Amino acid sequence: MFGSTWKKTIGALAVATGMAAAGQAAAEDTKVGFVYVGPISDHGWSYMHNVGREAIEKELGLTTTYVESVNEGPDAERVITKLAKDGHNLIFTTSFGFMNQTLKVAKRFPNVKFEHATGFRRSDNVSTYSARFYEGRYVVGHIVGKMTKTNTIGYIASFPIPEVIRGINATILGARKVNPDVQIKVVWVNTWVDPGKEGDAAKALIDQGADVIMQHTDSPSPLQVAQNRGVWAVGQASDMKTFAPKSQLTAIIDNWAPYYVARAKAAMDGSWKSEDTWGGFKSGMVQLADYNEAIPADVVKLAEEVRVGITDGSIHPFAGPIKNQAGEVIVPEGEVADDKTLLGMNFYVEGVQGELPQ
Amino acid sequence: MLLKLESRGEISRSMLYATPLIAVVLTLITGFFLFVFLLDPSKNASAFDALYTFFVDPVIASGGIAELLVKATPIILCAIGLSMGFRANVWNIGAEGQFVIGAITGTIVVLAFYDVESVFILPMMMVAGTLGGMAWAAIPAFLRTRFNTNEILVSLMLTYVAVLVLSWAVHGPMIDPDGFNFPQTRLFHDSALLPIIWEGTRLHLGAALMLLVVLAAWLIISRHLIGFQIRVIGMAPKAASYAGFKEKKLIWLTLLVSGGLAGFAGILEAAGPAEQLVPTFPQGYGFTAIIVAFLGRLHPVGIFMAGLLMALTYLGGENAQIMLGMPKSVTGVFQGMLLFYLLATDVLIRYRVRIGSAVAKSANA
Repeated sequence: MFGSTWKKTIGALAVATGMAAAGQAAAEDTKVGFVYVGPISDHGWSYMHNVGREAIEKELGLTTTYVESVNEGPDAERVITKLAKDGHNLIFTTSFGFMNQTLKVAKRFPNVKFEHATGFRRSDNVSTYSARFYEGRYVVGHIVGKMTKTNTIGYIASFPIPEVIRGINATILGARKVNPDVQIKVVWVNTWVDPGKEGDAAKALIDQGADVIMQHTDSPSPLQVAQNRGVWAVGQASDMKTFAPKSQLTAIIDNWAPYYVARAKAAMDGSWKSEDTWGGFKSGMVQLADYNEAIPADVVKLAEEVRVGITDGSIHPFAGPIKNQAGEVIVPEGEVADDKTLLGMNFYVEGVQGELPQ
Repeated sequence: MLLKLESRGEISRSMLYATPLIAVVLTLITGFFLFVFLLDPSKNASAFDALYTFFVDPVIASGGIAELLVKATPIILCAIGLSMGFRANVWNIGAEGQFVIGAITGTIVVLAFYDVESVFILPMMMVAGTLGGMAWAAIPAFLRTRFNTNEILVSLMLTYVAVLVLSWAVHGPMIDPDGFNFPQTRLFHDSALLPIIWEGTRLHLGAALMLLVVLAAWLIISRHLIGFQIRVIGMAPKAASYAGFKEKKLIWLTLLVSGGLAGFAGILEAAGPAEQLVPTFPQGYGFTAIIVAFLGRLHPVGIFMAGLLMALTYLGGENAQIMLGMPKSVTGVFQGMLLFYLLATDVLIRYRVRIGSAVAKSANA
């Protein structure tokens, strides 16, 4: 009894705030849910998805809900189910590890639309989307190749999945374009976000001679270490300048907001369809933060040329010849790695040190 | 001003069982005030509504009890095993690792018989999972009985090894061949999945097996000679050795039982809600189980209740996020408060607090 009144109050309240803020016809029946793998305070991956969620609220006036730090696995299925049952009709699940759970819940709720980030399985009501972060990495590669004095880039990596390997390879390909002697040292931390572990990895890499720290993990802690130790660093997912004003060369920004607003709009007006989106510089899904003033003008100019080239399609980061660590040609001269090769990438390009964990 | 703790001597039995309840009540009261300050005014919900959302709504929601049992099953199974050892002063801190190894050895059976439809697959998986957990716990047992190493350190460190073994397995030999090189095993086929025992929910056979384990543990602890020996070793090791109880045997026994149950829990979790192995498979159930074992006073029925309560804090935390826009940290805060109040009340039933040295002196005299 108490429960049902309580629910009604909350329900009415949600509707009321939705209408008041939006003044749009469909606003009251479109509710958008988000499932994050990390805390929104990570200032990286989940933080940027949350920025996208806020854009939906601001621009469309829709009611949105989020659940943060959801474990990939059985917990995710429960959370996604709960959101679907609670009347959310568009649900974004923003980590690769939510893939099977998203598809499973989507089967039970055919009228709810799902958007799964970085996955590869779709169905009638499950779309997938991701960003071509490697385009940003390739530009950054040019910058770090020029900036390193020790010719050693330290790279903190999360899990050896194609997404992450692609980023490492794009970096070395960019760096070797401007500096054939440069090499990358990789530390695998087996987590997406763990400030302590990430910071320790940064220290270890600097001790091994790295004077640029890059990362494929979500917290700004490696940048803080870089700032303290006086080496360069590159921000991840969001502009992390406030954490390392001197050290951050630039940052690769995941800009989800335009995509999220567009998809929520499509859900509202009924034009939503299941599809796969892989956006880069061109669609604005990947952006670079302001360049550090300490970067020489000619390096900035070069980086901008590469960025513009990728945007207009004249430059492809994975253009041949590309050799693996053993020196075997994987992509021959004159060819470009297709999306299938990129999506299943499971080898290091020449110049990366160490063995790929298998 | 000096605060002094003074032993109360004999501990009241009823207080011993009352303190977990007192801790829960204190947590609720503190939580109430926490919600008063935390609630987003725009959500227009009172602190009572918040407590309701946190502690009641997850249970009464459709399928809520099923979800609660699904979440609690691995925690309770691990805690039951651990409590056996804790009673005998054998400190297995590595249930998490045994849980992971059990899941791996059980999954080996799944992959070896992939797509084979047979009723024997599940029992084989369970046996393999249990044996895997036992084998992992046998390492600290061997080192303790042979070299007198500290089983706390050994079992804890082996947890990290187990997680890395899992990472290696799902990146390498057990990787899904159709998975775009992503680190995961294949999804289990139907014969390798635990049957759902409540249609329309995720409640699987594992929860029923967990209940059986709780009952069996209760019988053993209260009725069986082994249960008596475990208790005596824990309370008075010297008396136990005079009575001819073999300490080494009990170390082996308690570690193998706790490891076996953790491994069993691991394969149940894999064959239940997880349906495959991924690097993030371990969720800390083995560690949560330590808290649950103590919250439940090392008693099987207490552990069952404590496990459900702990599971409820997870579900309630999610609810608070979805319905009230609260941060995820409220889950951790509630779990922390629960443990804090339990420990605090524990101290207070064992000791009385004296203020000032003069009073203490006269009391001593």
